[in-house]
Amino acid sequence: MAIVGETGSGKSTLAKLLTRVWERNVALVDGEVYLEGVEILHMPEHQFRREVRWWKIGMVPQASMNALNPVITIGEQMIEPLLLRGVPKAEALRLAMDSLESVGLPRDTVYRYPHQLSGGMKQRVVIAMALMTRPKVLILDEPTSALDVMTQANIMNLLKELKARMKLSYIFITHDLALASELADSIAVMYAGKIAEIGSADDIYSSPAHPYTQGLMSSMPTLRIDKQLASIPGEVPSLISPPPGCRFHPRCPYYVERNLKGICDAKEPPYAELKPWSGRRHLAACWLYQEFISGR
Amino acid sequence: MAVPALEKDFSDTPWVRGDSLVVAHRLRTWYSLKRGLFSKPIYVKAVDDVSLSVSRGETLAVVGESGSGKTTLGRTLIRLLKPTGGELYFDGADISAQEESELRRWFRRRVGVVFQDPYSSLHPYHSIQFILEEPLMIHGVPGEERLERVYRALEEVKLTPPEDFLYKYPHMLSGGQRQRVAIARAVIMNPDFVVADEPVSMLDVSVRVEILNLLKQVQERHKSAFLYITHDIATAKYFSDYIAIMYAGKLVEYGPFKPVIREPSHPYTQALIEALPDPDPKNRLRQRKVAPGEPPNLANPPKGCRFHPRCPYAMDICREQEPPMVEVRPGVYAACWLLVKR
Ligand SMILES: Nc1ncnc2c1ncn2[C@@H]1O[C@H](COP(=O)(O)OP(=O)(O)OP(=O)(O)O)[C@@H](O)[C@H]1O
Ligand code: SF4
Ligand code: SF4
Ligand SMILES: [Mg+2]
Repeated sequence: MAIVGETGSGKSTLAKLLTRVWERNVALVDGEVYLEGVEILHMPEHQFRREVRWWKIGMVPQASMNALNPVITIGEQMIEPLLLRGVPKAEALRLAMDSLESVGLPRDTVYRYPHQLSGGMKQRVVIAMALMTRPKVLILDEPTSALDVMTQANIMNLLKELKARMKLSYIFITHDLALASELADSIAVMYAGKIAEIGSADDIYSSPAHPYTQGLMSSMPTLRIDKQLASIPGEVPSLISPPPGCRFHPRCPYYVERNLKGICDAKEPPYAELKPWSGRRHLAACWLYQEFISGR
Repeated sequence: MAVPALEKDFSDTPWVRGDSLVVAHRLRTWYSLKRGLFSKPIYVKAVDDVSLSVSRGETLAVVGESGSGKTTLGRTLIRLLKPTGGELYFDGADISAQEESELRRWFRRRVGVVFQDPYSSLHPYHSIQFILEEPLMIHGVPGEERLERVYRALEEVKLTPPEDFLYKYPHMLSGGQRQRVAIARAVIMNPDFVVADEPVSMLDVSVRVEILNLLKQVQERHKSAFLYITHDIATAKYFSDYIAIMYAGKLVEYGPFKPVIREPSHPYTQALIEALPDPDPKNRLRQRKVAPGEPPNLANPPKGCRFHPRCPYAMDICREQEPPMVEVRPGVYAACWLLVKR
């Protein structure tokens, strides 16, 4: 699944929530997260550490390739968390080398320092780190946004291959809808801390339903498709006091065109079931798809 | 508005139009790395024998991976760097060796530049008004005229009403707004030549469009010669007339934008285009045929065709001899042995 949204829409916060990496000032965590049928959001921390984080869910945090410690070898950085978990050193080193090899890097990368590696190689290292413990789910937060298009395509090729080889599930976070289509079976579009639309990739690309998703689609520069570029007016709202009702209403063209004052700005839209031909679930949180409005 | 054609012989690089505002012929910019007091310096050949021209009112997109020499080329063309060799002309004048004092007298006011990073390219302690007024002061625009021009520049980049922005500082603005300020600063002197170096690569996708549209409008209004540097051809599509593909310090393909994109000739150009994702789920999990590996170290580039270690078609001759630029279709030139008729 790809989670797509603009800066500040809450993508990274959601990723951190799933791996229970709390910022120091987190004030409220609510809801439930299930992994293989087991609720993990409220499970005791020691159990989460022992059974879930790293073992079942791996994470490549945003900009982590630039967070590698410059004065410690790649190998030492890779094995440290394993040593903390009681894996013997020789075994840990072997796992690190295996993992580096599986992402297309030489085994002796363990002896190198971050500054000796290119951006693309560092990104491979952080992916190898997350995969050392063979998790089933890998969360990738903007893994290519700092790379140029060729390096990005090479990393995407790697992710595609790893997915098949290791039978991984990905949660792929990006601000780029075009990039999301390279991996995603399904897409969740986030806006201002909420999921605006969620559905299969086929349905979302062929018929985006939420006005925000439509805006994102038409603002995407593409080389092969000829179309006029249009931007979404305005800026992402502050999440300290988000707009009432639908958070997108100050930027939504339909709010004015369809004269939805008193509706969109008054009450948060519920999810509407769109029932596409594909038969897959497709939901959009928008008043346009509630019957009393679509009929009027 | 063509410049009187230079009385120079550019017949070895027929894609260069001698009547252009900016003409670079066999340009080289090398950086030297001194290793020890007595050892010979090592040269990083960041721009190595590149020829191109940009006329008023047209945009040339320079495209390549990071480390291909795009930024070095852009900075050399506006003489932030001094070329190591080759010729460089601006409006008919040879500027390849002019000293800074001389350039400041006539050249600096006629060029503008927009950098990649809107967070570091604007001085954090200067107000927007000062940031925009500074170039006007440097170039001796009288005081009464300056504020008027600052207002007009802010309006041009749609930071309106201008009085809301004059007294702000860069950190109070979003990334997109900062890039608007950077564009306003680049064009406030009404330059003849503008270099925009990856101006949207650090911005969110939705903000990118606004900045691209703005650049296009600014370019159309000022009729300046425009050099747009990017690693992402998709963003160049909206306003580029010509495209120059660079790899490892070399020009590998050059031509009118659309024909090159529609039918790329050089294997590297093909890979660059193949690398671009489309918003199309049909590509899901498809392995893209892009160039594996990394661009070479420019201190010690591969012999022959510099792309040969990553090229799926590499032949023996590619490892030995550098391929010449040949005309593959009218106006389209590429440097690849596959395209040389032998
Ligand atoms: N520790 C924190 N304290 C206060 N606010 C925070 C904190 N971390 C994030 N935020 C705010 O929460 C909102 C969502 O941020 P988040 O980083 O999750 O967005 P994102 O979608 O990942 O953005 P980007 O595309 O820039 O990575 C933003 O308004 C951000 O400023
Ligand atoms: S609920 Fe209203 S404001 Fe929100 S996206 Fe739908 S039409 Fe627009
Ligand atoms: S000259 Fe040879 S190595 Fe270079 S791009 Fe052409 S085929 Fe490939
Ligand atoms: Mg984020």
